[in-house]
Amino acid sequence: MAMNHLHVLGILLRNFYLLRRSPYRAFSLFYWATVELFLWGFITIWLKSISSPDYKINLVVTLIGALVFWDLFFRVQQVVTVAFLEDVWSRNILNVFVAPVRLWELILGFTLLSLLYGAISFSFVALVAFLLYALEIWTVGWYFIPFVINLFVFGCALGFAVLGLTIRFGPSFEILAWSIPVLVQPLSAVFYPVDILPSVLQRIAFFLPTMHLFEGMRAVLLEETFPLKHLLWATSMNVVYLTIGILFFYWMVRVARHRGSLGRLVTD
Amino acid sequence: MALVLKVENLTKRYKGITAVDHISFELAEGEIVGLLGPNGAGKTTTIQMLLSLVEPTEGHIEIFGEGLSTSREKILEKVNFAAPYAALPYNLTVYENLMVFCLLYGVRERREKIETLLREFRLAEFRNQRTGALSSGEQTRIGLAKAFLNDPKLLLLDEPTASLDPAIAQHLRTLVCQKMKAVHGAILWTSHNMREMEMVCDRIIFLSLGKIIAGDTIKNLQDRYKKRDLEELFIFLAQ
Repeated sequence: MAMNHLHVLGILLRNFYLLRRSPYRAFSLFYWATVELFLWGFITIWLKSISSPDYKINLVVTLIGALVFWDLFFRVQQVVTVAFLEDVWSRNILNVFVAPVRLWELILGFTLLSLLYGAISFSFVALVAFLLYALEIWTVGWYFIPFVINLFVFGCALGFAVLGLTIRFGPSFEILAWSIPVLVQPLSAVFYPVDILPSVLQRIAFFLPTMHLFEGMRAVLLEETFPLKHLLWATSMNVVYLTIGILFFYWMVRVARHRGSLGRLVTD
Repeated sequence: MALVLKVENLTKRYKGITAVDHISFELAEGEIVGLLGPNGAGKTTTIQMLLSLVEPTEGHIEIFGEGLSTSREKILEKVNFAAPYAALPYNLTVYENLMVFCLLYGVRERREKIETLLREFRLAEFRNQRTGALSSGEQTRIGLAKAFLNDPKLLLLDEPTASLDPAIAQHLRTLVCQKMKAVHGAILWTSHNMREMEMVCDRIIFLSLGKIIAGDTIKNLQDRYKKRDLEELFIFLAQ
């Protein structure tokens, strides 16, 4: 059967128009590869640095353990964001905003949902890690509870900030909603110690609670010490970031009401 | 009759464009008022300001005697809204959607309320079907059923029958009017269906370029402008 080149051109053009109108879509062409390059580059540098026989590091604990906890943070942030986006995608968001629901009730609902889904997902992933790799996260005991709570809080804080941005810039911003936590990952020293990073990135990483949490958890797992300093930094920052995240969400709803862009959430 | 809605000097400006320009009107208990005007006249912006989706640049909105800006949640408990562009989640069943909104509106006897509305809006046979699998007309009926979950005393309808066939549109018009009249509730109704407006409205407000250019009973307006019907009047005023 003969091919009509106009049909193929039409398909290409439809996507080029979309790309031209949405800088976020263009951004994603470069973003993922760059972030992954950084992440895997730092992992490689670290693995090379510990390849000497003098080092005895349990990679199962370091890498798989880190992945289990990273998934908890990622899941919490995604649950908060997706719970809101579900209503945007189904064009139901106007019905929610015209119901007598207060913003803090919306925030509380999303927080409880992320707590529930995060707990289910974390338990499942921890169990699979145990079955596949004999990783026994629970043997560390109560030490982990403050770290897990902090991961949850930072996930929520980031989730509310992303919701604010989605309300401000419209549904096309959802592409960044998926990618912001990934941007945090290389700087959070999830899979390697923070001193692998160049000094300028270490300074930026200092302001991420996740860096302190993963450094702290590694200390618990590998050195069996309780890194109070990291925990205090992470907790203090989380109090500030959660407050900022929630206030930013409130502010963006207010700006959207002023600009009339809440209605456009279902049409953009 | 007590006032349900009082709008004074309501204005909305977006970066130099005036979408709604110092409009003032009132709705009394039991009244059905049509908000008419050509595309871009400011009808939807007005409705969205009455729902507090859009913050007015100037002016004051009072619903049930209280300021919308200060008593938003209390007022919205007795207000509801339906429009084809505000759909319900397509991945929930009809019953699940109505149950969620019963909770959002704080409805007490939820099962009884849902059963009554499913029957009245001829949706009983779809109760366990996913909303997204239904026709646009059926989805519109679910949206209208949702709008009655909290027994509203003020109902804002933005082209509610736009995707309905004439028979079901007629059934719904009658049902909506009956239900609101029974509780002395008021309706602000936008539509481009002039026959519909003639059938349901006690009076109309005509918007053009954000301003009210006419407002009265349909008969008085037809007499004033010497037009045979509302469609002729609409075309005349829109031009």
